Amino acid sequence: MLKTPPSPIRKFFDLIIGRDDIISLGVGEPDFPTPWVMREEAYYHLEQGHTSYTSNWGLTELREGIARYLAKFDLDYDPKKEILVTIGVSEAIDAVLRAILNPGDEVIVCEPCYVSYQPLVELCDTKLVRLDTMPTGFIPTAAAIERLITPKTKAIMFCSPSNPTGRMIPADELAKIAEVVKKHQIWVLSDEVYCELVYDGHKHVSIGSFPGMKDYSIILNGFSKAFAMTGWRIGYFACPADLMSEVHKLHQYSTICAPIMSQYAALEGLRSGADEVERMRLSYQQRRNLMIHAFKEMGLPVNEPEGAFYVFPDIRKTGLSSEAFATKLINEYKVAVVPGNAFGSGAEGFIRCCYATEIGKLKEALRRIKLMVEGKPYDGA
Amino acid sequence: MQEILELLQNDARLTAEDIATMTKKSVAEVQEAIAAMERDGVILKYTAIVNQEKVRAEKETVRAVIEIQVTPEREHGFDALAERIYRFPQVKSLHLMSGGYDLQVIIEGKTLKDVAFFVSEKLATLNGVKSTKTHFVLKTYKENDIVYVDGKKDRREGVTA
Repeated sequence: MLKTPPSPIRKFFDLIIGRDDIISLGVGEPDFPTPWVMREEAYYHLEQGHTSYTSNWGLTELREGIARYLAKFDLDYDPKKEILVTIGVSEAIDAVLRAILNPGDEVIVCEPCYVSYQPLVELCDTKLVRLDTMPTGFIPTAAAIERLITPKTKAIMFCSPSNPTGRMIPADELAKIAEVVKKHQIWVLSDEVYCELVYDGHKHVSIGSFPGMKDYSIILNGFSKAFAMTGWRIGYFACPADLMSEVHKLHQYSTICAPIMSQYAALEGLRSGADEVERMRLSYQQRRNLMIHAFKEMGLPVNEPEGAFYVFPDIRKTGLSSEAFATKLINEYKVAVVPGNAFGSGAEGFIRCCYATEIGKLKEALRRIKLMVEGKPYDGA
Repeated sequence: MQEILELLQNDARLTAEDIATMTKKSVAEVQEAIAAMERDGVILKYTAIVNQEKVRAEKETVRAVIEIQVTPEREHGFDALAERIYRFPQVKSLHLMSGGYDLQVIIEGKTLKDVAFFVSEKLATLNGVKSTKTHFVLKTYKENDIVYVDGKKDRREGVTA
């Protein structure tokens, strides 16, 4: 544990706590509160005194709801044996990795990626094999993955749509990755927590939906992002029953179950939250368009992210490292972003900007970033 | 069209350029869509949304909801009488209702007396009005989708997400 560094994002956020003058594009968190129908449902259950543990698996109705939800993406899981409700996707990743890995195994992690993947892999005494996706527009390709596979490879991990880049792996590439996974018989941990937040008519495709892939897939998902439930800590994963019975033991001994109020609220979200999710999705799409346009106008190259709520512009032409850029931006221009190097290899020279922030503030933040890129001093207080 | 309308409803000061960027349309397309909606009376005007609770507290206005039962007229139904009512500037809203009464009027006056006078002298005496029931508004919490409460603050904290 001593070898594991603290999260590099943390360092930046310590700077902004209690500072109202800083506009933060840092935290990857919706700016909407959880839809009222869901909060109200939690109230109701509190009122009724439903404050017990649930089954280790999670509420039966919730798992059934999740199974129906996953069917939307052509995924077929038995709610009794193949779906487990967890404390956010984070717990699911940790438990799954600990269940499948033995010391000496190798795990391919597609980078840049969410900050927990690398430390959680390394904590299992395994070898982290980094796949730098920068050369392919931040999209992992089957060919690049296959080049890194050795007899020791146990699993590959990715997130699509991606945190931090917002990119989605196209369906035809996923199909090729699926073939590689089946050929080498390795696990794929597919983090699909942003699957609802996709734009411009793109459709989320799960790698688990390709023929024969259920045997190799671990589908990780949760309610934090699309349902704006970050603080409720509620997620889940789905995998074949044999593996599930192993992970289930870890979950049961480490956490018992996810909080019951969160489970009821999530269930209500699945029942009646679709319109609210769509309203939020559209609002993110509009803000994404505003962000891309602004960065292009500044002359900073940026991929158009198909999903999530991040843009990941290339700031190399400023001549600054991503950390120097972010530090200068927060100190002199009072805008917080996360330097790319926080997310692993290939992300140096990029910054992550979360656009889940009110439009007025977004525009002001973009104006300040532009000032910095143009070498002009900050004109505010 | 719907997307542009919803953006404007949320913030009428968004420029056509911003809306064009946000919706991936050309500026000309957005301008034309807005002009069409103005022409067709979909967009009536651009105003400020005022926290009436604060304004009313300063101006000391009173509001009342009045339930009216009426005798519908041959040929005109409720419309002719409704028009006679909504023309009064004191009348802020008017709805034809199903259920126990027919017209719901929301009126505003400077004092309780003003409102009482308006109801007894103007509304109750109209031809076709059978009865009125006046309810004074004590406090408004939410109106037209706007919650009249202060203190919307971004509470998100720094976290490794």
